[in-house]
Amino acid sequence: MVSDELNVIAEKERAARKKIVIRCCMAAGCMSSQSEAVKKNLEQAVQDAGMSEEVEIRRVGCMKLCCEGPLVSVDTQNALYEKVTPEDALELIKTLKGGQTKIKRGDLNHPFFKNQLPIVLANSGQIDPERIESYIAADGYQALHQVLREMTPKEVVEEMVKSGLRGRGGAGFPTGIKWGTVAKTQSAQKYVICNADEGDPGAFMDRSVLESDPHAVLEGMAIAAYAVGANQGFIYVRAEYPLAIKRLQTAIKQAKQIGLLGAGILESPFNFNIDIRIGAGAFVCGEETALMASVEGKRGTPRPRPPFPAESGLFGCPTLINNVETFANVPPIYRNGAEWFAGIGTEKSKGTKVFALAGKINNTGLIEVPMGTPLRQIVEEMGGGAPDGRKIKAVQTGGPSGGCIPAEALDTPVDYDSLTKLGSIMGSGGMIVMDDSTKMVDVARYFMEFCVDESCGKCIPCRAGTVQMLHLLEKILNRQATARDLAKLEELCDMVRHTSLCGLGQTAPNPTLSTLRFFPNEYQELLQPDEFGLHGNGEANKSEPAAK
Amino acid sequence: MQHASGDKRFKILEAHMKKYQFRHDALIEILHKAQELFGYLEDDLLLFVAYKLKLPASRVYGVATFYHFFQLKPQGKHTCIVCLGTACYVKGATQVLAAVEEKAKIKAGETTPDNQLSLLTARCIGACGIAPAVVYDGTVTPRQTPETALEQVKGWISNGQ
Repeated sequence: MVSDELNVIAEKERAARKKIVIRCCMAAGCMSSQSEAVKKNLEQAVQDAGMSEEVEIRRVGCMKLCCEGPLVSVDTQNALYEKVTPEDALELIKTLKGGQTKIKRGDLNHPFFKNQLPIVLANSGQIDPERIESYIAADGYQALHQVLREMTPKEVVEEMVKSGLRGRGGAGFPTGIKWGTVAKTQSAQKYVICNADEGDPGAFMDRSVLESDPHAVLEGMAIAAYAVGANQGFIYVRAEYPLAIKRLQTAIKQAKQIGLLGAGILESPFNFNIDIRIGAGAFVCGEETALMASVEGKRGTPRPRPPFPAESGLFGCPTLINNVETFANVPPIYRNGAEWFAGIGTEKSKGTKVFALAGKINNTGLIEVPMGTPLRQIVEEMGGGAPDGRKIKAVQTGGPSGGCIPAEALDTPVDYDSLTKLGSIMGSGGMIVMDDSTKMVDVARYFMEFCVDESCGKCIPCRAGTVQMLHLLEKILNRQATARDLAKLEELCDMVRHTSLCGLGQTAPNPTLSTLRFFPNEYQELLQPDEFGLHGNGEANKSEPAAK
Repeated sequence: MQHASGDKRFKILEAHMKKYQFRHDALIEILHKAQELFGYLEDDLLLFVAYKLKLPASRVYGVATFYHFFQLKPQGKHTCIVCLGTACYVKGATQVLAAVEEKAKIKAGETTPDNQLSLLTARCIGACGIAPAVVYDGTVTPRQTPETALEQVKGWISNGQ
């Protein structure tokens, strides 16, 4: 493909644009509420009204407010219609000619939308994820073009360092440094892997990005590959995301067809191919060394580091692994410059973060906010608080590796370091809101059960430790535990955290530890006195119920 | 060489292996295909894959048992997968699961004796915005309650009237 062709495609796509664009959310959430039928009926209604010339019904990715799906937006009316049924289609099309409708209209001035700063999700809900032309018309692949034309790999890495982007997969390692390490290695064969094994329960940002804007991830990977000198990429995606897999396959095929992947991309000597590897349901495969084992067709068990993947990764070659959202951040950084990106967010956490807001909250869906946004603003203003007039008790971030942040700490700004201080982690971005009906010890048990199931069994602290911790938590919940059991639990948490091989085991105690730290009363209430009294130290049992 | 049973699906599977040039790192891809063709991975099928890829049977069996997605037992005609992700969990997915378990008289992970319904759980299907979600025969269905779930599986359970 020659570089002018990009502009030709973009121009052609823009020229073909019709006067009215009706966007129909076709991400997994809305599709489970019949949005496919809605789109079909809308198309039929447009045809029946003889408006095919001026109205385009566009399939788009996630429009963010998942709880009100299926969502349909009409840009000329600046309207977002919620909970649209297939039967509503005719009425909706009539509004284009001034008709009235009773379909629920969303408030686009609500903080849920107003406070968002879309960078990763800029195209989400705007472009058709199954047509590369739609992405190109939205300045897609311009960043890759510019990088290949004007920058050396070294400059690309430097720019990334300057942007201050940190890995969005959870740990927050500076992306530029990671790229630089892989770039420095001397090897004829290097790999780039996109970690799309979004296993944290309660997180669906990566799924939405893949379903809504797959080309952004491909472009990000291609830029990264150019920077580090790789010619082969893999996307490791969960089998639980069939729609994301399908859209990725389509995207890769289209990019290959017009020469944006393959040999001699955009008249440069740069070659790059991407293959998809489908996971098979193992949470531990989100850990990078386990993920690489899985790509190699083996059991997904982690191995000790060093050597880090940057030196010896997939098939023993230097490998760059980044998360979906990290790659999706790459094209905008090169389009707008590192300074622009570094100007967003806080001192140590740059840019924005996408969160999946779910649980006991009124507005569930996807939000993208600048780093450092206070948690209160996210859950109370944007999320609209807990439903049924209940109070928010805690916010769980980071899935089974994270912790529960109590309501008192809601003024914490959301960035890597502040969340770590609270004993939680940023994680990949799942944010589950819990109201006052939630029992925190049960939440701790839930996550521990998850870790027991998902422990790969390679190292003993994790394999046996998580089982013991689960037993203790169950004992506490069954009101059979004493203070000594609680002490044992804390001791085990500490041991498993410090001696496990990989991140799964090292972080498995986090939900328990954070609930112990912020909600100790809930544990204490369930304890039973033993022969040494309630507190296990021989003191009188102050809270023992009075004898009858 | 054709598989002794004469089952054409083995031929399709072999063609798939050929597409991957019988590479060892394609094992998971091939097991995905095998499960798609046969519904589950029985020992004979795993041995066939091991033989064709020139891998020890222990390696193939080890991979098949490691990943939750691979089923080693035959599944029922219909499947009901209750998502137990955090969002679904705090919104009452366990009650939905308990209701179906009680009605179908099976536990999660089991299949009814008449092979009509397999009841499974998922760690998170990423449909947290519409929790609690249940997947009936591959269709994700939003905002389930014990009542709506029983309504769905009613026809699949022999005593479900």
